[in-house]
Amino acid sequence: MTKIYKGMKPTRRSFLTGAAASGVAMVSAKAANAEGDPAIINKQEWNQYLGEGVDARPYGMPSQFESHVRRQDVPWLTADPVSSVNFTPLHELDGIITPNGLCFERHHAGIAEVDPAEHRLMINGLVDRPLVFTMEDLMRFPRENHVYFLECAANTGMEWAGAQLNGCQFTHGMIHNVMYTGVPLRLLLQEAGVKTTGKWIMPEGADASGMTRSIPIEKALDDCLVAFKMNGEALRPEQGYPVRLVVPGWEGNMWIKWLRRIEVGDQPWHHREETSKYTDLLADGQARRFTWEMDAKSVITSPSPQAPITQGPGPLVITGVAWSGRGTIPRVDVTIDGGITWQQARMSGPSLNKSMHRFYLDVEWDGKPMLLQSRAHDSTGYVQPTKEQLRHVRGENSIYHNNSIQTWAVNEKGEAENVEIS
Amino acid sequence: AETAGFGLGRDALPVEIAAWDIDVRPDGAGLPAGSGDVWTGEEVFVEKCAMCHGDFGEAVGRWPVLAGGHNTLSDEDPVKTIGSYWPYLSTVYDYINRAMPFGMAQSLTNDEVYAITAYLLYVNDLVDDDFELSNENFLEVRLPNEPNFFMDDRATAEYPIFSVEPCMENCKDSVEITMHASVLDVTPEDENAAQEDAT
Repeated sequence: MTKIYKGMKPTRRSFLTGAAASGVAMVSAKAANAEGDPAIINKQEWNQYLGEGVDARPYGMPSQFESHVRRQDVPWLTADPVSSVNFTPLHELDGIITPNGLCFERHHAGIAEVDPAEHRLMINGLVDRPLVFTMEDLMRFPRENHVYFLECAANTGMEWAGAQLNGCQFTHGMIHNVMYTGVPLRLLLQEAGVKTTGKWIMPEGADASGMTRSIPIEKALDDCLVAFKMNGEALRPEQGYPVRLVVPGWEGNMWIKWLRRIEVGDQPWHHREETSKYTDLLADGQARRFTWEMDAKSVITSPSPQAPITQGPGPLVITGVAWSGRGTIPRVDVTIDGGITWQQARMSGPSLNKSMHRFYLDVEWDGKPMLLQSRAHDSTGYVQPTKEQLRHVRGENSIYHNNSIQTWAVNEKGEAENVEIS
Repeated sequence: AETAGFGLGRDALPVEIAAWDIDVRPDGAGLPAGSGDVWTGEEVFVEKCAMCHGDFGEAVGRWPVLAGGHNTLSDEDPVKTIGSYWPYLSTVYDYINRAMPFGMAQSLTNDEVYAITAYLLYVNDLVDDDFELSNENFLEVRLPNEPNFFMDDRATAEYPIFSVEPCMENCKDSVEITMHASVLDVTPEDENAAQEDAT
C-alpha cells in the first residue's frame, strides 16, 4: 500500500507560481529611490474612492491577495477524489487556530450533505435504554469548549521511505486545530445507561462509507465530545455537519463525521478501518493494531519549501507548530545546522492539552545555507524522534504514525527543500 | 431502568435499531441468516464489482487489490489483501454490506454479500470452487493472517527510547544530505523510477 504514496509530486515551480500569481510584490523599505516610494508618493485608489458597503459581504471571504492560501490535493495519492484527502496550507498560517475553510478534508465516500432536521443520533447495544436524539435534543445538553488538533493517522505517511513531497502543506498538512463546542459523550451514554458489560463503543457515520471504529469505554467516558460547532460556527459539511465525534489526541480516522449511531458492546468490532486500514505493518510482517494516540510531533512551517526566504540576509523569523496526543508541548528545540547545535525555541500563545502549539526562533540569517529541524518535547517527557530512529523500530511500511523530525535544506537564495540528512 | 439523566431523547424502536444496526463482529454477532456459493458470487462480482476490482480481485488501475499478495508482508513492497493481510472474515462481510459497491452502498442482499464473500475466499485460494458460505458455517473459516496482529506496544517498545534528554551541543561532527525531494520530482510516466529512487 505504500505504493500509493510514491511517485511524482507537484513541482516546486507550481508552488511559486501560485504565490506569484497572487500579485503580492513585497518590497523592502531599503529599496526606495531618491524620488520616493511610489506606494507613498502616488495616491492609491483605496485612498480616494469608496469601498464596498456593509451589505456586500454577508459572509466574508479572505482578501483577493490571499487566494493562494487554500487547500490542495495530490491526485496521484488515491484512486479517485471521493475517497481521498487534501491538505491544510500550514506554511501560510500562524498562531494555532486553523480557519474553518482551510481545515484539511478526508472523506471515504465524499461529503455527505445532511439536513439537520432529518439527522438522528441513535445509542443502542449494551445500554439500559436505547435512545434516539434529534439535533434539538443534543442542543439541550450541557456543553463544553475545547481546542484540539485532529491529525490524520497517515499525515507524513508518504515520507517513510524518503523525502518526497516538497512542502509542509503536503508533508504535514493532514491536520487542523480548532475550538470545538459540543456535549461530552459521557452525558449521552449516561442518558442511555451503559451496562456493566459495556466495554467498547462503536461510533458510525451517516455517509455512504458507513464509517465505523471501535473505541474503549474508558476513552468514551473521559474526554470525547459530540461536537456541533467549530471555531464558533456550525461544523462545515466537509467536517461532519451537523455533528461529529471528537476523540482528543487520537488518530483522525476515529473522529467519526456525520455521527448517526453509537453502539455499546463488550468487545471491539475489528471493522475495515481498524484491520485493513489504520493498522501499522512492521518490518517483520507483524502489524500493530489499535495505535490510537498521535505521538509528539512538530514541523517548521516557515521557512519551508512553499515559504522561501524572500527578503535576504538579516532578521529571520523561524516558526512552526508542535503537538502531542498525550498532553501539552512545554518545549521545542530548533537547529539551523542539521542537529549539531540546538536552541530552545520561544513558545507563544496558549498551551492547551492535545492542541497545536506555536513556536518561534528569531535569528539573524547570514545568508549561508541552513539545515532546519524542530524537535518537540511533550508534557510526559517524550521527545520527538528522528526518522532513522522510527525506521529502526518499525521499518518503512507502517504508513501511519510518522512523527519524525523534518529537515528543510535552505540555500543561499533562501529557497528551501525537503531533504533527509545523516 | 430509570436513569438519572436529563430526560432527553426517546426510546429507539426495535424496527429503527434493526434498520441501522447491521454491523458484524469476528465472533459472528450480527450475521444475518443467509448463504451464497462461489459460483453465484462470481456472477454478482463480475456484474457489480469487477469494473473496479478486476474479475479475480486483482484490481483495475488504482482501485484496491482484493486477492493475492500471500507471503509479501515482510517484503519491500507488501501487497496487503483480504487473503494476505486481513485478520477476520467478518470484516469482509460487514464492509461489503455497509459500504460497497462504491457509489451504491447498501444495495446488496444478504445472500449476495455471502456469495461475494465466498467468491473472495475462492480467488484468495482459501476455499474450493464448490464452497457455500452461510451464517451456519461462517465461523469455521479463518483468514491466514489473523495471528499476526498485536496490540499497540509503543508504550514499552518506543516510549522509553524516546524519553531521554537529547543532545543540545556538539551533537555530531558533520552532516550530509542523504536524500532530496527534488530527486523524486518525476512525471507520472516515471513512477517506477521514483520508487527505485525512494529505496
